[in-house]
Amino acid sequence: MNIAAGVNEHMAQISNYLVYSAMAVYTLAFLAHITEWIFGSRSRVGRTARAVAAPAATASAPAVRVKQRGGGTAVLDRPKVVTRDASEDRGATDGPGAAGGSEKGDLYGRIAISLTTLAFLLHVGGVLARALSVGRAPWGNMYEFSVALGMVAVGVYLALLALGKNVRWVGLFLITSVLLDLGLAVTVLYADSDQLVPALHSYWLWIHVSCAIICGAVLHLGALATLLYLFRDGYEVRQAQGRLGKLDSMMERLPAAASLDKFAYRINAAIFPLWTFTIIAGSIWAESAWGRYWGWDPTETWSFITWVAYACYLHARATAGWKGRKAAYLCLIAFGCYLFNFYCVNIFIVGKHSYAGL
Amino acid sequence: MSTTDTGTGTGVDDAAEALSTAPREDGDTAGGSPNLPRLGVLGWLRWFWRQLTSMRVALILLFLLSLAAIPGSLVPQEGVDPVKVADFLKAHTTLGPIYTKLGLFHVYSSVWFSAIYILLFVSLAGCIIPRSWQFVGQLRSQPPRAPRKLDRMPAYSTWRTQAEPEAVLASARDTLRARRYRVAPGEESVAAEKGYLREAGNLLFHIALFGMLIAFAVGTLYKSDGNKLVVTGGGFTNNQTQYDDLKHGAFFEPDNMAPFGFTLNAFHATYERSGPQKGTPRSYAADVTYFGADGKDHQRTIHVNEPLEVAGNKVYLTSHGYSTVVTVKDGQGNVAYHGPVPFLPLDGNVTSQGVIKVPDAVGKDGKRDQLGFAGLFTPTMAIDPVNGPHSTFPALDRPALFLSAYHGDLGMDSGLAQNVYQLDTSNKNLQQFKDAKGTPIKALMVPGDTWTLPNGAGSITLNRIDQWANFEIVYQPGNSLALTSAVCMLIGLAGSLFIQRRRVWVRARRTEDGHTLVELAGLGRSESRKVAEELAVLVTAVHAEAPTAAEEPQEAQPDSVPSDSLPHEDHSDKEQA
Repeated sequence: MNIAAGVNEHMAQISNYLVYSAMAVYTLAFLAHITEWIFGSRSRVGRTARAVAAPAATASAPAVRVKQRGGGTAVLDRPKVVTRDASEDRGATDGPGAAGGSEKGDLYGRIAISLTTLAFLLHVGGVLARALSVGRAPWGNMYEFSVALGMVAVGVYLALLALGKNVRWVGLFLITSVLLDLGLAVTVLYADSDQLVPALHSYWLWIHVSCAIICGAVLHLGALATLLYLFRDGYEVRQAQGRLGKLDSMMERLPAAASLDKFAYRINAAIFPLWTFTIIAGSIWAESAWGRYWGWDPTETWSFITWVAYACYLHARATAGWKGRKAAYLCLIAFGCYLFNFYCVNIFIVGKHSYAGL
Repeated sequence: MSTTDTGTGTGVDDAAEALSTAPREDGDTAGGSPNLPRLGVLGWLRWFWRQLTSMRVALILLFLLSLAAIPGSLVPQEGVDPVKVADFLKAHTTLGPIYTKLGLFHVYSSVWFSAIYILLFVSLAGCIIPRSWQFVGQLRSQPPRAPRKLDRMPAYSTWRTQAEPEAVLASARDTLRARRYRVAPGEESVAAEKGYLREAGNLLFHIALFGMLIAFAVGTLYKSDGNKLVVTGGGFTNNQTQYDDLKHGAFFEPDNMAPFGFTLNAFHATYERSGPQKGTPRSYAADVTYFGADGKDHQRTIHVNEPLEVAGNKVYLTSHGYSTVVTVKDGQGNVAYHGPVPFLPLDGNVTSQGVIKVPDAVGKDGKRDQLGFAGLFTPTMAIDPVNGPHSTFPALDRPALFLSAYHGDLGMDSGLAQNVYQLDTSNKNLQQFKDAKGTPIKALMVPGDTWTLPNGAGSITLNRIDQWANFEIVYQPGNSLALTSAVCMLIGLAGSLFIQRRRVWVRARRTEDGHTLVELAGLGRSESRKVAEELAVLVTAVHAEAPTAAEEPQEAQPDSVPSDSLPHEDHSDKEQA
């Protein structure tokens, strides 16, 4: 345990300015996304997409590119791999995206993504400045945790975009929730830049809490996709019955329910081992700080509940009679447990995890 | 939702057989049967066992487990904070007894919580043991032979070539082996499989859960966990009588306690001096000299996150406070007490409360006249009309001791255990010192002060302020098993979620026109497009050795265009358990 360093007030101030700037730019990105959706609903392509959404042909068959070794003379027919999609979808195709094929809408969508990238850079700057101002991991209280969580969520989204994954549809919803998260952070949860109590002086702070943040951010993406899946699934049912409502012009531009479901499952399944590791890392830290690796402290209990709830979801996803909407509700409940653990347990239930003000 | 779980003889199910050892769901087919045969006792038991080990019931139990864990985080728990439980019982006279009956104050050892997780683990065992045997069987047998209609597989490719069938198959075998597939021997076709580690990981994860349960049980049964407050200069040896309080598991043996001990040489604390978090502790350090099983002395500094590990026990620094070192002289002028008296902190600024009991004091008249002092100690003294005397900072900036004094009988001979931090002022034989007007007298002392009691009853001198530290001494076996299980869980989980298990078949047979028809098919989980991508790579490799026959028209393929009208098979969605 080192003698606690002071706090660089100047850096702390810069961090606050950067976080506020990021919020401002996120707001602009939010508006750009809204414009994108509005243009999309006006576009004729968007409107006719409904009519076009006839049962799709077989899923895409990736063509095999056959390299001609040794300077083959004839360009021959290349054998194709024919795939048969065995998943239980309704043959609904992915929607055209928020812009709905409108060029203007697409332009605003691109502007929104550029703004998001800019805001993300400011956001990263804010977190880094906070870290520099205190000389420790920038996630020692609820304010810092929320800010870092928002940053990782946007970072994962932008990384998926950069990898060429089809995640543009989540843009508006993600930015909205990140704005809510940051707004809550700077108003209710705000805590001045400061040092930590002795119990938090450990390198496990870097490992355990950063993993919890990454998990929270990715699970958040998964929950958003699941929520949209439920809406889109309802839309597809209504579409099949031929009774579409007003908001369905929005739903029809989302990816197919099966795609959303698959995305949500993959992202949740991919992060589940990390959530397991977060709990294990926390246990190891608890063992060295509190004398037991598991003591049913409220935060520990809720991390366990969250873990079990996600385990439920992953099993339900693979069980006949539970997959689909039921599994989706489980996913939302599980993410609700994560949120409860962060907000309610820290604020209303006193446990060993409550530190440094909020 | 799915009514096509069971096979319809299209070949996919036969081929997918044992791609996963996940249990078959029989709820859909058995549920609608109208005339069930009468079940005997054995039949019911079998039915119960089948239900318990089904995925559906396991899911429900899992969900119940998370639900059942909730009350333990909302209702105070005896194992976590017994004081809060007592407060709760006082505050809620109707709810309290109901909660007690329901076991809500010790949820995690209650009957209903135990019932849920025991059922869950029995269900798990009923699932994992047969799956393990099945998996061993799969490892010992070969990948299943190619089904007749390969074009029904989720990924399929075909072409005609002039290469010999044997040459095509040999090249396919080499390619598959190079890509670390397990290849079964065969004449007309090649069957290969990869990704056994998925099931291995799945089983490892679930078996590791049992390891975790055993570690938890061992830890709970053999554990001992006690506290000891040690004043600077004081010491501790590991013996049941030395503890201030000691909790232990059912199988704890006091005679087998490890031999070790330590002396607290000094204690250091630093606090935040400014800002909104002024007064928040920043570091605690306790310098100790300890001896372990070897009997030799060692020096160490114990920090909050860095316990002392000695003789299988861990010594944690949990809290600290101040102790006043006082000298009390009685009415005869003799030193009746000299030594440290620990005061217990009441708030974050270490305003502390304590009592000084002097049972050996003798009055001026030569009769026994016990002395008692109740006091409030403030490391940084401040007095205001609202809060009275209190501390404004946890460090020893302006130490002061506020005392009121009593004499008479402390009631320590009654045989009842007394709290050393409380004075029983309800005792009629204990009188407070008062002035001529009858108002109780009090003293404010700083180190070095002496307060002379009225009527020659004696005096008390505050010599200096020392610190004390509270140590928690924990013995908990099974930690290494818990850690090993946790690591196995992680490895198993990663394997079962990130590894794909897939099969590839290659068939090459001579057609009437003298060419060779090559067919490749892949089967894996429906979640992934990777099977097709991987098959494409294989096709590329095999095709390089056996290129498409030049004059062959594409349309000449026999019966191999898949159509949408085929019933789709749900063959791969029960991978998890």
